[in-house]
Amino acid sequence: MSLLSVDNLQISFSTRNGISTAVNGISFTVEKNQITAIIGESGSGKSVSCYAMLGLIPSPPGRIDGGTALFEGKDLLSLSEDELRKIRGRDIAMIFQDPMTCLNPFMTIGDQLIEPLRLHKNMGKADAKARAIELLDEVGMRSPAQCFSCYPHEFSGGMRQRVMIAMALINEPKLLIADEPTTALDVTIQAQILRLIADLQNSHDIGVLLISHDLAVVADIADQIIVMERGNLVEKGEPKAIFENAQHPYTQKLLDAIPSAERASQEGASDPLIEISSLRTWFYSDNSQEPVKAVDDVSLTINRGEILGLVGESGSGKSTLGRSILRLAPITDGTITFDGTDLTQLSGAALKGFRRRMQMIFQDPFASLNPRMTVFDTLAEPLLLHNIVDRKGLDNAIQRLMDDVGLARNFVRKYPHEFSGGQRQRIAIGRALATQPEFIVADEPVSALDVTIQAQILELLQDLGREHGLTMLFVSHDLAVIRQIADHIAVMYHGKLVERGTAAEIFGSPQDPYTQRLLASIPGKKSLAEPISA
Amino acid sequence: MLKFLISRLLQSVPVILIVVTATFFLVRAAPGGPFDEEKAVLPEVRKALEAQYKLDLPLHEQYFAYLGDLFQGDLGPSFKYPGRSVNEILASGLPITAELGFYALLIALVIGGTAGVFAALKPNTKQDYIPMTLAMVGICMPSFLLGPLLVLVFGIYLELLPIAGWGMLPGDKILPSVTLGSAYAAYVARLSRAGMLEVLSQDYIRTARAKGLPEWQVVVRHALRGGIIPVVAFLGPAFAGLLAGSFVVETIFQIPGLGRFYVQAAFNRDYTMILGTTVFLSTLIVFFNLLSDVAAAWLNPRLRAQFQGGK
Amino acid sequence: MNTLADTASPDSADTGSSLWQDAWIRLRRNKPAVGGAYVLLFLIVISLLTPWIAPYDYEVQNLDLGASPPSAQHWLGTDVFGRDLLTQIMYGGRVSLMVGFIATAVALLIGVTWGAVAGYVGGRLDAAMMRIVDILYALPFMIFIVLLMVVFGRNILLLFLAIGAVEWLTMARIMRSQVQSLRQQEFVEAAISLGLSQSAIIRRHVVPNALGPIIVYTTLTIPSVMLLEAFLSFLGLGIQPPKTSWGLLISFGAETMEEYPWLLIFPGLALTVTLFSLNFLGDGLRDALDVRGSKD
Repeated sequence: MSLLSVDNLQISFSTRNGISTAVNGISFTVEKNQITAIIGESGSGKSVSCYAMLGLIPSPPGRIDGGTALFEGKDLLSLSEDELRKIRGRDIAMIFQDPMTCLNPFMTIGDQLIEPLRLHKNMGKADAKARAIELLDEVGMRSPAQCFSCYPHEFSGGMRQRVMIAMALINEPKLLIADEPTTALDVTIQAQILRLIADLQNSHDIGVLLISHDLAVVADIADQIIVMERGNLVEKGEPKAIFENAQHPYTQKLLDAIPSAERASQEGASDPLIEISSLRTWFYSDNSQEPVKAVDDVSLTINRGEILGLVGESGSGKSTLGRSILRLAPITDGTITFDGTDLTQLSGAALKGFRRRMQMIFQDPFASLNPRMTVFDTLAEPLLLHNIVDRKGLDNAIQRLMDDVGLARNFVRKYPHEFSGGQRQRIAIGRALATQPEFIVADEPVSALDVTIQAQILELLQDLGREHGLTMLFVSHDLAVIRQIADHIAVMYHGKLVERGTAAEIFGSPQDPYTQRLLASIPGKKSLAEPISA
Repeated sequence: MLKFLISRLLQSVPVILIVVTATFFLVRAAPGGPFDEEKAVLPEVRKALEAQYKLDLPLHEQYFAYLGDLFQGDLGPSFKYPGRSVNEILASGLPITAELGFYALLIALVIGGTAGVFAALKPNTKQDYIPMTLAMVGICMPSFLLGPLLVLVFGIYLELLPIAGWGMLPGDKILPSVTLGSAYAAYVARLSRAGMLEVLSQDYIRTARAKGLPEWQVVVRHALRGGIIPVVAFLGPAFAGLLAGSFVVETIFQIPGLGRFYVQAAFNRDYTMILGTTVFLSTLIVFFNLLSDVAAAWLNPRLRAQFQGGK
Repeated sequence: MNTLADTASPDSADTGSSLWQDAWIRLRRNKPAVGGAYVLLFLIVISLLTPWIAPYDYEVQNLDLGASPPSAQHWLGTDVFGRDLLTQIMYGGRVSLMVGFIATAVALLIGVTWGAVAGYVGGRLDAAMMRIVDILYALPFMIFIVLLMVVFGRNILLLFLAIGAVEWLTMARIMRSQVQSLRQQEFVEAAISLGLSQSAIIRRHVVPNALGPIIVYTTLTIPSVMLLEAFLSFLGLGIQPPKTSWGLLISFGAETMEEYPWLLIFPGLALTVTLFSLNFLGDGLRDALDVRGSKD
């Protein structure tokens, strides 16, 4: 018998505009000692399904319209809140996406850890503490006895996720539901946490239901994959079958979206557009004497027409480097030569002239557009500011931009909040292109987007880059994305540039130990190493 | 933590100094001396009086003399009540005002806090609307209106409670305390509701539910601590408001507390009394602001760690 | 090249609705807020027209009549001097509302300018400016206002200034935190990288986005200012006869409430209803404009 068998689960939400179906009759099973992964984009209903089974969706507005979810012979959906509560945290435990917000900041780690034990097993305080420390050790916390009396804010995201995992496992549950457990983490940490979950699943002999938006992430550890799209279950099967022989077009789209194919490197003549030499961008904070060395002694050349991928984890200084080139961050020391002119010496009108020639695309398309300006106004601003067109030519120029970025022309009178994330990013790209720049810094332009949208935006950037002869600095934490778009790759770590080379060199024979570690963390290597027939 | 406390205490020093200086010169700048009304006073007597109150000295010397006295805790003699010092008058009023303020604060915290938390548990239902509408009434019904109305209803029409005095008749403390506390109960209710709603939408509340904790434990163990921080931070300003409110309430109910003395001093142009009371009340307010800031910070482990780290 | 590949698309209409329009729609759905707005509008119109529509002359006494309960001639009754209470309340409302609006305007002007400069310039100037605000914040202003009124007499202009001087502090804090957070927004960075001048950035990108909280807070400042005025007038430290205000009327009403309760109840009702309307409108605006906690 399956550990959990869900049959024809239906969930809807009542909104102001009527009832919307979130989950539309899905059926699947989770086996003991297996990892079952549910894959889907935001809004696909993957999380809602799991939360609903445990009575964790707010209701109203949420409502379970039908179906059964048999767990050890009991239908979770028909249990009372009291009965469900006895199962939650004892037989079924959960870990969540963002470890930074999922631990109570006002309680010590220890108090939170022993809570399930004391609640469900009535265990004494001393015994519970011993058990908690044992588990903290098992999930790889250093000096677990000390951790016990620490507060969450004293730990990094990865460490907190380990605490969450320990807390979930403390009652030896039979089923662990992990909702995007690695999405908020850096890529090297992500690999460690996934490994940990897989190992613990094995040693504790439990079933795991792993929710993720990223097919590559789950590919290595899942025994079974379920693909959801807009409330429907569109495909399920073993990873090998999914990767090699996906039936449903949506699954194929997801597979295509996994950035995999290496770009053919354009070995052009080296014709530097930007030369950075010994650049330092240090931030001085009020209370500490020691400055934060966001960018520390970096020298780098970007050739005309190339796409240089800049990789690093959060805090590595990669974004600050991009901002420094555009003079958006205060430069402490060093020079940046753009087409023969030292940007660090410019100000006022001279700088404004150069601003026209280099533009930026930001990470968060929800924050990078002024919410009170229409698309038309947003695009018109740079056009008029730099006298690229006059008032008469404005309409035409804006329509051309809309065409360029693949947005319908009649959207120009709309406001940013009326668009989806991908569409907003297109608007932001349009704004950057409006000044007809030679150089663009793209700072994590796809990391806030769903995977299939990511693929579209990457393709758009590549096409536009070719069409307009753009030079691009593409900043990302995601090696898979970089691999798809970049000709050359630079790797940053703790404010320093640790390695630079062609994409083939970096991926083929990384020299620096950090780069090697980074490459080893790329999710989905095992599955992706095998040929994919899409 | 100690370092934080000391630095905050040091920050209070200039504030109190500004208060003393500004008050002193404002009072001295007031048109009309304290003895102007008594026209019959002989020049010699007047001289003697002025000497006694040091009014014959140059202004800056008066100021430093006052500061010197203040440093020793001496607020000087009263102009209007010869023979009584400001210290004595304050000492007689303080316990009464303190008791009144304490009851009012208790009402505010217990009733307001409970109402706010319950409203937050079921937002947008009757359990939310009813207390919150009442809170709105409490905010829009100032004490100088609520007091007389309560007197009218409970004192005069129903004849249930005494309408004046403090500690003279049984139950005469009820109406003043309710009058003073109701507006703050309303603020506390709104703040605790907002604070609880904010906390209840946090991810860690979902974690607590996923552990299988019963709802009351989720609220009490996990939500309350963060939810009441805004209320604790509000206690400082609330204290200042309560003192100001006591001016009105003590006037309405004829209670011989600090507030009534202050208002009377204002009308009598009893300058040393005004000066002394202002300095005293301001110091109290600054001190309570500090206390509520420290308490709010103490409730937040992250801030607490920062202070401890800076030892 | 793919066109409009994203699945989610805005409504098919060619013109979009701005955040202001959305907020307006949300506000109109909020019945208490709309009610509050109407009541407020009504009161403002009445106040403006008072000299022409007041049923009786403001100063005319009728000592023979004395205090009389509401009647056909005097809808809300008369006071101890036989003056029509409705007329008194109308004239008192003029003063109360005027204090509320003018003192709030003073606070708005000082606070927004102070906060915007501190927030945008940043650095040492910001630290110094906010330090001043912090110190002033710690001062017990209520007591100071009482003191000012005592020392300089009950001057209505001074009252405006004193109240405005208290309320601008919070306004400055809100404006500063708004400007600071907006400065770090990516769309402002984008504007910088486009080469827009500072003044254009402030005008086009910062101010329109900071307006929401300012509007909300302004709406909520007016009632607290009116309350402060009424409080002082009640103590006899604010508006002085022969001028009147709601606070003063309540004070007189409280003295004679045993015999003539209507003299307390009607002015109290006028003040409470006004404060209610302003608070409901303010809360409604806060929800409609989606303004979160205004603390920094």
